[in-house]
Amino acid sequence: MAKVFIYPATSLILSDLVARFGHEPLGSAISIREHIQTPGFDSPPIQMTSEDPQKGLKWAAVEVPSGIRGRMSLYGPLVEEAEAAIIIDEPDLAFGCMGCARTNELLAFMLREKDIPRLELRYPANKEEGVTFVAKIKQFLKELEVKK
Amino acid sequence: MKKPYVPEYVGTVTKYVFVDSPDTTPQDIATAAYEIAQGVMIKETCFGCQVTGSPEDVKRIVDHLRKLDPFRIFIKDRGFPPGDPRRCRADLGGARPGYLGHEFEMGLVRYFSYGLKETDGMTPAALKKAAAKDLPIEEQLDANILNQLISEEK
Repeated sequence: MAKVFIYPATSLILSDLVARFGHEPLGSAISIREHIQTPGFDSPPIQMTSEDPQKGLKWAAVEVPSGIRGRMSLYGPLVEEAEAAIIIDEPDLAFGCMGCARTNELLAFMLREKDIPRLELRYPANKEEGVTFVAKIKQFLKELEVKK
Repeated sequence: MKKPYVPEYVGTVTKYVFVDSPDTTPQDIATAAYEIAQGVMIKETCFGCQVTGSPEDVKRIVDHLRKLDPFRIFIKDRGFPPGDPRRCRADLGGARPGYLGHEFEMGLVRYFSYGLKETDGMTPAALKKAAAKDLPIEEQLDANILNQLISEEK
């Protein structure tokens, strides 16, 4: 069972397919859960404290806005943990403020730079592409098993 | 002064169960989950249900639910437990933020269901052949073409 980072990190389909085919999906829910289940000082809404942008310094430089560093403190450990990655190219659902957009760019860059098996694809636009989409992911995850 | 934060439901996991099927309704899913809940928290929703409990219990329940309609039930992790005051509409009022991604992907879910059904019975060779098909990624605009367009505008 490999740890597969999914991008977009909130994707329902990728999370489901990775788990369905016997691997562990690494998405934002994992780090959010860890964050909100750790005792500390109250910092609503998602328990981000002033320490998080400092942790993010490991992946983003000090002149990078704190919003990106804060987000990287959630995603960075997951990327480091990842043994493979599935990336959806330019997902419509991953738009957001500048902090989200730049974090997404940094994430995709880090995943492409990291020496791990990677599958890049886009959302299907019809049934036939749906078959290709699922087959590509299934085949990728199957090959991952063999490599392991 | 900083207020201490005491987390709730420590050690639990929460999973979303989404269903988009003509044969299985969210109510069927919730009822099936309640039947084997054994104290695990189940919350029925308009799209399926949420299951919160120890990782082993949640796995037991979602594995059972998946069998009800394997190609049309989709499961994913959730960070917050149900009813969390930071996320729950009962406390916040108005629309809950954060369902945009689910809404987008549920619009495409029929393609994934079809894909799962078709690939289910495939032999390894047929799967390899289907996976080799192209799913073209939109190419980035070439810098030279952009330059040309800009010069034509002038």
